[in-house]
Amino acid sequence: MSDPAMTTASKTGFRFEVWAPAILLLAALMIYVIIAVSTGQTQYLTASNLISILGRSIALGITAIGQTFAILVASIDLSVASLISATAVLASVIMNGDPAMILPAILAALALGGLVGLLNGLVIAKLEVNPLIATLGMSLIIQGCLSAVVSNFAGSVPVEFQLFAYGEIGGLPASLIFLLVLAIAAWVVLRFTKFGSDIYSVGGNKDAARFAGIQTDRVVVYAHIICSVLAAIAGLYLASRLRSGAPWIGSDGVYDLESIAVVVIGGTVLAGGRGGIWGTMAGMMIFSLIDSIFNVAGVDAFAKQVMRGVIIVAAVAFYAVRSKRMVA
Amino acid sequence: MKKILRLFVAAGVAFSVNTLAQAQNFDDPAEFAKQQEQLTATPMGPEGMPWVQYLEDNMVDTSSMAVEGKHTICFSNAGVNNPWRVVGYTNMTEEVAATPSIGEFIHVDAEGSDDKQIADIDDLLAGGKCDLLIVSPNTTAALTPAVEKACAQLPVVVFDRGVNTDCPVTFVHPVGGYGFGIQGAEFIVDNVEEGANVLMLRILPGVDVLETRYSAGRKILENAGLNIVGAEFTDGDNAKTKSIVEDYLQRGSIDAVWMDAGATAVAAVEAFEDGGYDIPVFVGEDQQDFLRKWQDLKLTAIAPTYPNYQWRTAIIAAERVLNGEAVPGPEWVLPQPAITQETLDSMVNPAMPPLHYAMCGCEDMANYPAAWGGQ
Amino acid sequence: MTDQPLSSAEAPKKRALPHINPVYFLLAALIAAILLQNPNFAEPTGYMNFLKRAAPLAILAAGQVYVLVSGGFDLSVGSLITLVVVGSSMLTNNDPSATLWVIPVMLCIGLAVGLINGLVVCFLKVPSLIATLGMMITLTGVSFMWSGGSPRGYLPDTFRFFGRVNIMDIPVIRMLPVALIVLIVVGFALYWLMHRTNFGRMVHAIGDNPQAARLGGVPVNRVRILAFVVSSLSAVVTGILLGGFAGVSTDVGNGYELQAITAAVLGGAQLLGGRGSVPAAIAGALSLQAIFTLLNFLGLPQPVRQVVQGLILIIAVALAMYRRKRTGR
Repeated sequence: MSDPAMTTASKTGFRFEVWAPAILLLAALMIYVIIAVSTGQTQYLTASNLISILGRSIALGITAIGQTFAILVASIDLSVASLISATAVLASVIMNGDPAMILPAILAALALGGLVGLLNGLVIAKLEVNPLIATLGMSLIIQGCLSAVVSNFAGSVPVEFQLFAYGEIGGLPASLIFLLVLAIAAWVVLRFTKFGSDIYSVGGNKDAARFAGIQTDRVVVYAHIICSVLAAIAGLYLASRLRSGAPWIGSDGVYDLESIAVVVIGGTVLAGGRGGIWGTMAGMMIFSLIDSIFNVAGVDAFAKQVMRGVIIVAAVAFYAVRSKRMVA
Repeated sequence: MKKILRLFVAAGVAFSVNTLAQAQNFDDPAEFAKQQEQLTATPMGPEGMPWVQYLEDNMVDTSSMAVEGKHTICFSNAGVNNPWRVVGYTNMTEEVAATPSIGEFIHVDAEGSDDKQIADIDDLLAGGKCDLLIVSPNTTAALTPAVEKACAQLPVVVFDRGVNTDCPVTFVHPVGGYGFGIQGAEFIVDNVEEGANVLMLRILPGVDVLETRYSAGRKILENAGLNIVGAEFTDGDNAKTKSIVEDYLQRGSIDAVWMDAGATAVAAVEAFEDGGYDIPVFVGEDQQDFLRKWQDLKLTAIAPTYPNYQWRTAIIAAERVLNGEAVPGPEWVLPQPAITQETLDSMVNPAMPPLHYAMCGCEDMANYPAAWGGQ
Repeated sequence: MTDQPLSSAEAPKKRALPHINPVYFLLAALIAAILLQNPNFAEPTGYMNFLKRAAPLAILAAGQVYVLVSGGFDLSVGSLITLVVVGSSMLTNNDPSATLWVIPVMLCIGLAVGLINGLVVCFLKVPSLIATLGMMITLTGVSFMWSGGSPRGYLPDTFRFFGRVNIMDIPVIRMLPVALIVLIVVGFALYWLMHRTNFGRMVHAIGDNPQAARLGGVPVNRVRILAFVVSSLSAVVTGILLGGFAGVSTDVGNGYELQAITAAVLGGAQLLGGRGSVPAAIAGALSLQAIFTLLNFLGLPQPVRQVVQGLILIIAVALAMYRRKRTGR
């Protein structure tokens, strides 16, 4: 599946793929500034406002980092949205307002995430079920189990845990710093570890990776565990932000499809093997900026949707149109 | 097989009841009694204008909140994702247009997401332009912290669903879910024999305003000795509603249909119509398509309402606060009339779209009916 | 709908080892279970209502098979259904005679949507998952913008004829839903196009191995675009049936895209292409509807239905993969 034209081009000078997310992000930022200035709403251009824009999509950002791992190994995860709801509810029910239960609740949520990721990975790698179907099925199962038990906000989160979403460190929101740390960690894993390079190999060409002695199944399973654990963390963040968990918060936020869109807008290729974390972060910021642009420009809710759909396709086309290969 | 599955479900339910002992209570006898009383109480305020009437005689002094000059009102909307909210939002924008003292009306739409609505409120506060914030919360619990944060900076008016804090200047809402449930169920009890079969159709579990409707309705039907053949969730989906009713008709007769919201009432009526059955006693809502069906087929029916005019009231309340006039509060309870055979003819309007809500209180506004899609 | 033509077309020589798609056994078992639960199902009103209800999904799944076999996905069908229902109610404007021109207009809209999906995938190289996801979001917005969020007209009875009316007083079966006639006609047309024409063979070829197909002289882009068009047109027909069955609402199509893919996959269609059959997808859709009906008769709550649907989906695909590995096909 490797494309010789692409790799040789990438070794000489300007690497379009690397800079494209930054170009898109810059464009979005410029549009935001232009609209704010031209409508005379310069109060939206302060540093604090820009930080609050970044803070809009923390949950989406965390989920998208995980989704990047899944997509890099040429898989995909549609179960993140219902997993987010499940972990948020689980954590909030275990905590039930008691600060002493914060740690057990976090561990339980992460364990649930790990378990779901393991199951996803095994079904995809060992049973060779198409990842879309496997994770769609998993999503239905999680959502069904969850709605059988709770139908509304359940449990509550103690004030101490709300610091995760509402706390500040040195004037910056704690959650934003957390997201940054997470992104750096993910970048280090992908860029500097054997596991990271295995992910790119498996996503790029599974058979070649297997011949090269990589245990491809194991890499796929680990990628899914990372994806689901990060979704669990996103669930914890939302429980902290909403002070409680409800069985619809994941699906209401459309975190499954939006996280995939963010990753793809960030230049990671759905076919796997190419892309990275900083693209995903750029994708997340583009999404937040689009939201804010709509709010500042006062775009009506229905027109927003039409434009959002077109923007997603256009952004992906921006990368893909130069590609010579055929897409699925 | 059936037994085993039942057992599993029962175990699941038992588990959920144990773990969620502190979950919200949707069967509050005191609230039930209060709403039952408010349904028949005579409202205060000008006759014939229910959107400025109120049922609880308590005013909030707002003289310290008055703002000079043109007002900027900001509105954080949960979404316009169903026809009720669309009609309501039209009411609101028309009310704004009719109020010259409002200089600017900033509207942000959270598209049905709690997380997004919290961010929207943050954005509005950071923008610093708002003189007053109106919030229609997506969910009660999740939006409470954001509303508290807003209260610290400016006056807040909440309507439709509430929040778990009394910091807003006032909370505009009609009588409530118990009231809705009571009106429909009492009508059924008055119009069928004892032991009659009633099918209860619900939209979704977990929504506060719908759960209270159901709990009140069920209580009255059971106390009257009626036989509830089933309570099913329709997801507000016409096709599913029709299928469910068809399935029940295959298994036995139905003497009355109670619904917790009328959006799919016509589909339910059609299931009887298409199968060649007599149409039983029906509880719908104030959407034009149901009212027309009721009139055309001469049904025995009632339409409790969740009055759409509360969207007007939110703007009126905001303006009064910014003018420093007293408003009913901390809860502004609006009257919640049900449409009956006597009032039906005055509510049906063939010129209006099928999903228009008759209780919009908008007939006297400047751009009626065009702005609401009428002809 | 028997599998006779399918198996004879696929492997005429393998008669000795019968190769019947397992979805037909699944469907038979489910119907037997329903009959045990509710003997009334054997009455015409029972099974005819069932078929009438399943018809929209069956047609949608049959159309989705084209895109799946060609190696793509079509997530935009659900929102296209909504657009058809909302748009028709806006255009007919309570005028019964308008149906005559509104249906062709809707088919043209479907044609345009399919063309755009196909062109974006083939020439802008956007993966179909993203291209049709974008289309899904856009179309939802379009139907809201068109109607201002609340449709302005009723669907006249002439429009609702296809999805709602049962032809009564027919000997033996007593009643015949018009929707079932539509299913048979459209289903047969889609079957014929997929399994009896050169176009169908080319769809299989590009899904199986696009490079080889291109080298073999298949106009890959044209075939892919046509596959998207077929899927969109089937969504329009589905929308007409659903609007007819249940009337106007703004969320009719919600979730239908995943149900259609599920039905096709139950019928043995392979994601990422090369394999799939129209009759089996229709059987998959009937099975899915039968599962819902059965769980309904058992009185199980919605959450359990979701879990069962998820499990069946995973198990069906896992079994298919297992069979394929074992038989080496």
